[in-house]
Amino acid sequence: MKVLMKGNEAIGEAAIRAGCDAYFGYPITPQTEVLEYMSRRMPKLGRAFVQAESELGAINMVYGAACTGTRVMTTTSSPGYSLMQEAVSYIALSFVPCVIVNIMRGGPGLGNIQPAQGDYFQMTKGGGHGDYHLLVLAPATVQEMVDLIVEAFDLADKYRQPVTVIADGLIGQIMEPVAFPELKAPQRPERPWALTGAKGREKNIITSLYLGAERLEQENIRLQATIRQIEENEVRYTEYMMEGAELVVVAYGTAGRIVQTAVKQAREEGIAVGLFRPISMFPFPYARLKEIASTAQQILVVELSAGQMIEDVRLASCDQLPISFFGKMGGVVPLPDDVLAEIKKLVK
Amino acid sequence: MHEEVIISGFGGQGALFAGQLLTYTGMDEGWHVTWIPSYGPEMRGGTAHCIVILSDDTIGSPIIRQPSVCVVMNPPSMEKYEPLVKPGGLLVANSTLVRARSSRDDIETVYIPANELAAELGNVKMANVVLLGAMLGTREILPIESVKRTLDEHIPERRKQIIEPNKRALERGVQYVREV
Amino acid sequence: MTQEAELVFSRPESLSDVVTHYCPGCIHGIVHRLIAEVMDELGIRERTIGIAPVGCSVLAYNYFECDFAEAAHGRAPAMATGMKRVEPDLTIFTYQGDGDLASIGTNEVIHAAARGENITTIFINNAVYGMTGGQMAPTTLPGMVTTSSPYGRDVKTQGYPVRVCELLSQLDGAAYIVRRTAYKPAEVRKLRRAIKTAFQVQMAGLGFSLVEVVSNCPTNWGMTPKESLKFVEERMVDYYPLGDFRVKDEVKDLR
Repeated sequence: MKVLMKGNEAIGEAAIRAGCDAYFGYPITPQTEVLEYMSRRMPKLGRAFVQAESELGAINMVYGAACTGTRVMTTTSSPGYSLMQEAVSYIALSFVPCVIVNIMRGGPGLGNIQPAQGDYFQMTKGGGHGDYHLLVLAPATVQEMVDLIVEAFDLADKYRQPVTVIADGLIGQIMEPVAFPELKAPQRPERPWALTGAKGREKNIITSLYLGAERLEQENIRLQATIRQIEENEVRYTEYMMEGAELVVVAYGTAGRIVQTAVKQAREEGIAVGLFRPISMFPFPYARLKEIASTAQQILVVELSAGQMIEDVRLASCDQLPISFFGKMGGVVPLPDDVLAEIKKLVK
Repeated sequence: MHEEVIISGFGGQGALFAGQLLTYTGMDEGWHVTWIPSYGPEMRGGTAHCIVILSDDTIGSPIIRQPSVCVVMNPPSMEKYEPLVKPGGLLVANSTLVRARSSRDDIETVYIPANELAAELGNVKMANVVLLGAMLGTREILPIESVKRTLDEHIPERRKQIIEPNKRALERGVQYVREV
Repeated sequence: MTQEAELVFSRPESLSDVVTHYCPGCIHGIVHRLIAEVMDELGIRERTIGIAPVGCSVLAYNYFECDFAEAAHGRAPAMATGMKRVEPDLTIFTYQGDGDLASIGTNEVIHAAARGENITTIFINNAVYGMTGGQMAPTTLPGMVTTSSPYGRDVKTQGYPVRVCELLSQLDGAAYIVRRTAYKPAEVRKLRRAIKTAFQVQMAGLGFSLVEVVSNCPTNWGMTPKESLKFVEERMVDYYPLGDFRVKDEVKDLR
């Protein structure tokens, strides 16, 4: 049974269905509806909801709840995610699971609230201090958002790491039909590492402080091993009209949707073009894109930024074929026509 | 089917609601649908618009430049969207507020005094649904009866009292364009 | 009396059997022991989570036999909020110094108190950043020399000290806000009672509780331990008067 739902509200409902037991957040456009939705739903289900004093507060509440082994989520938008970076770095080395959603907006600075993908580097290359990468999932539709949020909780538990989901105001504000999984009660599976009171066992400590260099190196090796596992297991992407594509357009999230329409129009005009849409931005689908680069004639990267993902596309393809870029910044969203014109320029 | 609809008016005129009504109906009729509003500061007192796409295929971009159907509820919307309607498309204008007339001969146009008609029915705020009726009465991209069913099924309990008046507003819009 | 005599000679179960890294003469050791004694007395060691700050007590988790987390600088009250909201039956306490709580973490502690979070904060005020080597703290006394106020704290350019208890006592969510010290045995006993009350306030669900401990730092004050205690008695307590700043009526009923 599908219901028509706004992307932001669907994020909240998906988390609830996945057994999210605690939500902490702070208002920031264009994702505030998640906070509002959770403020309505969570208390009625007997689950925790706090509107924090800041994003710093929110993410540290997440950190605290995560230490107890609870399924916990926060949502924010670009400037808020910047503010959270300190704790995110702590959480990564502390090996506790949580889900963080960044509904990106135009930047840098206060920027604006329009759709943008300028946080790609921050999201995929670490963001906070120290050596780490987080799993980053980028849905393009409300249904995909719901599916990935549900999965994000499982992945966070599996790797004991924060899992991030990125989108922008367009996916936050859009209404689409969506199906939800059954409601799951909050679960606390056996988590021997969690802080639950040292009853009948040695005390547990959750920290990211290791004063000895060798000891800290060990923890880093462990973290990197987790990241390698994530790289091995969690690559996700989708392909659209890729049969015989001479020009491959690479785009994700909102840009991916827009390109999809442009590709369809181009195909109707007989242009051999396809869309490759990464869904896991970290781990980036290097291997598949490398294969594609060996058969395609050229690549066009479309992003709502000055060009950030393009660096990963170049890495994947080893610059073996021409790669062009079409992007808009500051919250300007290109229309399918604009992308189509770009495609035609390249294949003429 | 593939229709790209823009509904635009002042904030508070109900452009977004009319779009949602269309979207719910499209979903219940089994089409792929998207609804996306303008959002942000422009919500506060300025113009508000939404884009509704109804399609028999999965929908890529939810935003478009040239609507196949456009409902304009106020002069700024007329000025902005009239030139953008796709050739062969439909423009429905609320002539109570929109004085201008389209000079294009490649689109179909409907002018309907929606505020007056809604006021006659007892509530000027229903002009949005009168316009929706006029739109569907001209091009029945979705059956009127289905829109009525949407009102029955998707209006929350606490707002039940608006269902019947809105059905009458819808019918009034249909009736107006059939008479003209 | 027999029982007290026993406590003097035995290590509380909640206190780890390890050598701490604290400097000789530092009051941290006393406060740690008092918290451990209270945990033992209330029988809550197995249902308590402590949160260590950034500062000298950053390694506090090595000294208690309960579950522990290490927070980012100043964020312990937010972390405690997250824990308490999902584990309301556990006792959650933060242990924070003046740089952590009264400077970088003012936002977190003020809002935790304002929300009336059922958590307990033990606040160690020794007027200096100890771990980084003796810089000026938000609670450094006017005229006091530190490595970053080498000419003495000049209130014209470096502002006035922050009195945390007075500040927090204005908040309706705060149930128990008191200031104690530990420079002599009688004060230590009063401090112990306050810590116990603070935990009881939390266990009774009455709201936010905080015990400030006016403390010392012989190393960075450049004093012998004895001199430092005299400085606490004569100068610190003068600026930071001991007492109860906010005690909700229901707290009085606890006793």
